[in-house]
Amino acid sequence: MLKNPEEEHPKKAFGWAARVQSEVLSPFKFSRRATGEKDVAVKVLYCGICHSDVHMINNDWGLSYYPLVPGHEIVGEVNEVGSKVEKFRVGDKIGVGFIVGSCRSCENCANNLENYCPNYILTYSSKDYDGTITYGGYSDILVVNEHFVVHIPEKLPLDAAAPLLCAGITVYSPLRYFELDKPGLHLGVVGLGGLGHTAVKFAKVMGVKVTVISTSPHKKKEAMENLGANSFLVSYEQDQLEAAMGTMDGIIDTVSAPHSLLPLIGLLKSHAKLILVGLPDKPLELPVFPLILGRKAVAASCIEGMQETQEMINFAAQHDLKPDIEVIPVDYVNTAMERLAKGDVKYRFVIDIENTLKATSEL
Amino acid sequence: MSKSPEEEHPQKALGWAARDNSGTLSPFHFSRRENGDDDVTIKILYCGVCHSDLHTVRNDWGFTRYPVVPGHEIVGVATKVGNNVTKFKAGGRVGVGVMVGSCKTCECCQQDLENYCPRVIFTYNSHNPDGTINYGGYSDMIVVDQRYVVRFPDNLPMDAGAPLLCAGITVYSPMKYYGMTEAGKHLGVAGLGGLGHVAVKIGKAFGLKVTVISSSPSKESEAINRLGADSFLVSSDPSKMKSAIGTMDYIIDTVSAVHPLLPLLTLLKVNGKLVTVGLPNKPLELPIFPLVLGRKLVGGSDVGGMKETQEMLDFCAKHNISADIELIRIDDINTAMERLAKSDVRYRFVIDVANSLSQ
Repeated sequence: MLKNPEEEHPKKAFGWAARVQSEVLSPFKFSRRATGEKDVAVKVLYCGICHSDVHMINNDWGLSYYPLVPGHEIVGEVNEVGSKVEKFRVGDKIGVGFIVGSCRSCENCANNLENYCPNYILTYSSKDYDGTITYGGYSDILVVNEHFVVHIPEKLPLDAAAPLLCAGITVYSPLRYFELDKPGLHLGVVGLGGLGHTAVKFAKVMGVKVTVISTSPHKKKEAMENLGANSFLVSYEQDQLEAAMGTMDGIIDTVSAPHSLLPLIGLLKSHAKLILVGLPDKPLELPVFPLILGRKAVAASCIEGMQETQEMINFAAQHDLKPDIEVIPVDYVNTAMERLAKGDVKYRFVIDIENTLKATSEL
Repeated sequence: MSKSPEEEHPQKALGWAARDNSGTLSPFHFSRRENGDDDVTIKILYCGVCHSDLHTVRNDWGFTRYPVVPGHEIVGVATKVGNNVTKFKAGGRVGVGVMVGSCKTCECCQQDLENYCPRVIFTYNSHNPDGTINYGGYSDMIVVDQRYVVRFPDNLPMDAGAPLLCAGITVYSPMKYYGMTEAGKHLGVAGLGGLGHVAVKIGKAFGLKVTVISSSPSKESEAINRLGADSFLVSSDPSKMKSAIGTMDYIIDTVSAVHPLLPLLTLLKVNGKLVTVGLPNKPLELPIFPLVLGRKLVGGSDVGGMKETQEMLDFCAKHNISADIELIRIDDINTAMERLAKSDVRYRFVIDVANSLSQ
């Protein structure tokens, strides 16, 4: 007989969960494992709300286990370390992102690409090695193997650091891997939400010229004055598109709704790449002629391994790079989800777990 | 009033052209320009029949100008060279591929990527700078700027080597560009036709392990025994496809019919690349999750520049690679086109121009 979530593990934990598909989040008692010799136990301070959390609550991708406690943009403080932990001490400010486990022996793991391990464990809604389901960062405590924890440098404010753990690495990784990080290159960023605005910030720090491509003309002022984009293109304005054809060395496409790739491919110079980081739940249409005639490519990217995640955090700290956030109390989370579904946030909600998530006796 | 094709230029020429979208070809008298200082005049001996020729004569892509003389896998002998020509001499064996002109000044041209020049002039169905339409290699002679002519190696057979001028460079170029040349890596070749069979041969010459992915089980014996593929995967066999998931470093997709990409993408390892060189006339469906979860890539490639085309020919000469062909007379071209439409050829038709096309 399945144990109930409160009894699965020895440490009491409290969070907010969706108990069934698409349900609003509500208080939820569960438990965390004892701190193993390689584990760090974390008091969660902040957790970012990633758009993936919305998709997972609704089981849009068919991957969800319920009850589901979302949250993989976690910032916290270490309050216990296992006997063999080397990298962290009690009191350290740390981050946990998208994954909390991998096989540690395959080729991908050996190359610091734990996110491509075929047996990775996601921070939430994943089967852990003991068969229990993982619960994410909309919760008060966390126990994680130290390999999947990163340091948060002092320079970074803890609340703004949270979205870096997913949004940050999701855009930083392809900028590096596809070499769109060289000063003077011209990068297009499609979509100006959590991912998009972070991509603009990273690219500008790297010295790259940035054009934001968006369906929302009202975002232009923000994009150019607040985020530092060099130009702004409304993607349904034909004359703006035509003027920019063949001008971009690469495009990072953060849009997760189904959309047309043809105009974006047209914006690329020959030999350039369109990199998808959004996760549409249906296939997109791929026009082959423009790829062939310009030797262009459509690629995709999804977070990155732990080593690069730490590198990205350090880079952000070094350059005072912080996502723009709206801090909310945990009981605002359902309203935040509704607003997020409508794109009504500049540009990431972050839950103030430390000050607003209190276990209650009545559920 | 525009001149007739016979009167446009001073040198008389004979070819076979399609005059409407039935695609039926028949004799066609036209003319070629005088040999200029930078030009090479070529007596055409052989011309490969590329699937693009079939698409063009039938106007499948919607931009054919009739009458159209196809043919861009041309091998022949130089008969005259202009005053500025140093690379070729009269009597030398030469080849002409997919293009006969470009702007020569843009970034692409400067990087030996004339095929990506926005003002590239294709060998047929393209406008010359003087506004006339150019005609391809299903003809007795052609005049081409030396930059777009290649030396045809002595040890390659001229008939079986002709398809290299398009099919060869079409698969060689992306193999180099996308890094598919590391010995020991695993290449999948989707489709076993003109492009596919050359990809197998070149892949093997690079030391790759090659798996042919095909919907035709009957091709397995050929693929392995004759072409040297290491293995053969029937794409319509779910259990075989499942056992090959995540095993390939690259895939060259030569299929020009609309087809699903998802099964091919799942065959790729993490960071794997699928390069499409077939030209379906409708968009394909691109599933995003397999791309994102494996940092995979779908790229395109379009023939190659002139420098690379020469390099490809020299590589093929070194490794004794030529196409498997069926030599035909020009009179049989319409039957050949119909058979090509049904993929009934192993693996390229080549027209014996010199012996069958005469005034």
